[in-house]
Amino acid sequence: MKYKSVFDIIGPVMIGPSSSHTAGAARIGRVARNLFGREPKWADIYLYGSFAKTYKGHGTDVALVGGLLDFDTFDERIKQSLDLAVLKKMKISFHEEEAVPDHPNTAKLVIGDTQGELELVGISIGGGKIEITELNGFKLRLSGHHPAILVVHDDRFGAIANVANILSKHEMNIGHMEVSRKEKGKMALMVIEVDQNIDDVVLSEIEGLPYITQVARVVD
Amino acid sequence: MFRNVAELVEMAESQQKKISTIMIEQEIEITGKTREQILKQMENNLDVMEKAVERGLAGVKSVSGLTGGDAVLMQEYIKKGNFLSGEVLLDAVSKAVATNEVNAAMGTICATPTAGSAGVVPGTLFAVQKKLNPTHEQKIAFLFTSGAFGFVVANNASISGAAGGCQAEVGSAAGMAAAAIVEMAGGTPQQCAQAMAITLKNMLGLVCDPVAGLVEVPCVKRNAMGAANAMVAADMALAGITSRIPCDEVISAMFKIGQSMPSALRETGEGGLADTPTGRALAAKIFGMPLTQE
Repeated sequence: MKYKSVFDIIGPVMIGPSSSHTAGAARIGRVARNLFGREPKWADIYLYGSFAKTYKGHGTDVALVGGLLDFDTFDERIKQSLDLAVLKKMKISFHEEEAVPDHPNTAKLVIGDTQGELELVGISIGGGKIEITELNGFKLRLSGHHPAILVVHDDRFGAIANVANILSKHEMNIGHMEVSRKEKGKMALMVIEVDQNIDDVVLSEIEGLPYITQVARVVD
Repeated sequence: MFRNVAELVEMAESQQKKISTIMIEQEIEITGKTREQILKQMENNLDVMEKAVERGLAGVKSVSGLTGGDAVLMQEYIKKGNFLSGEVLLDAVSKAVATNEVNAAMGTICATPTAGSAGVVPGTLFAVQKKLNPTHEQKIAFLFTSGAFGFVVANNASISGAAGGCQAEVGSAAGMAAAAIVEMAGGTPQQCAQAMAITLKNMLGLVCDPVAGLVEVPCVKRNAMGAANAMVAADMALAGITSRIPCDEVISAMFKIGQSMPSALRETGEGGLADTPTGRALAAKIFGMPLTQE
């Protein structure tokens, strides 16, 4: 089941006008920012399907940038996010793509600064709920049934065991886990679905481990 | 955990509980949160809905200028007393419109189940309360009952206009509201399901064709009619009228219809009302879009 909480249906509290094209877009932007770990200096935003056709009317552009600025769906500042991004000297460009996506509400965000960059593909499936389908070229197969932690890390000895130890310490049960990597010894990604909600303290403990680059929570 | 309406109704009947109670208990089980936390969160959503209705009834205007002010017009009309249908029905219409006018003005709303369909559930709730005098707890329960039916639709069909058309958004919202009205009015879980089925049957095939891609025209007025549809269906179910097609099968039909809708009618702003001469002219005026489509 894609929707597991009653608050996926009665909620979110949000700035209008569209749960999928505004609130969902803000959430996609915010997950990208959280995974990046800081405010990006630039963003290339590619819009597909219904997102490409109607983003101006729905404020999808404004919401995606609001998410990159770390605003929640109900944050009134979302409305001024494009201006705020200019003030912060964040360079943003939008690209309306013609390609037909698997899901009609698809956005690809490539964000970065002088230190690095991140590429993420997100879909907005309705009612403000989102799924992240791709991260840095890794296809994600999140069921969306459970809260999930994404950990970008160096492909090193013990990295996985250390993360598992922290989850075990917090008595968190892992329902599904997968690890993929670009090349041996290079960038790798852990996708961990857990049964419980994920506290900030768990994320910050994982962030503090050696070889960990980025940590984020994907499904709330 | 219930997966469809039949299971939801069966759980409520066999445990002699309300649909809202079943939903609250499932939420506790799935999230691990306490009953108090869950009720508090829903109370917050109720509060957001109430403020949105108040704001809309005070009069708002969207950025594009396409929508706003109709909720006020309806309230003034009700006050004159010469209406043809009914006061509660028209009050629901006005309050549904109020919420969606606030949404179109980029105000704060609570998606139920989406932002484009956010007017129906609160519109009906704040209208029937005048008649039914519910307690604060019953108003919160109304949202859990709506949520339970929306939960089934979202997991078995869709609540996204881009995926399933307006039937998936306002259609779902109206069905959710109808079921919740029935419970608040003292109907049985089975009657809740009947109200949902009757409502959704009358929303099947409704396309998502927003002018200029904006959640304004025809979304605001579709929320008005969604609320009216929910009210009438609730009365029909309470009168003992049943749907020949079971609720779960109606939901499944809605899903299949959505899948066979062309993309132009699924929230792309390309077909239907968006593709009328006036629709295109409005889009051109607002965004400088081309007047003719290639």
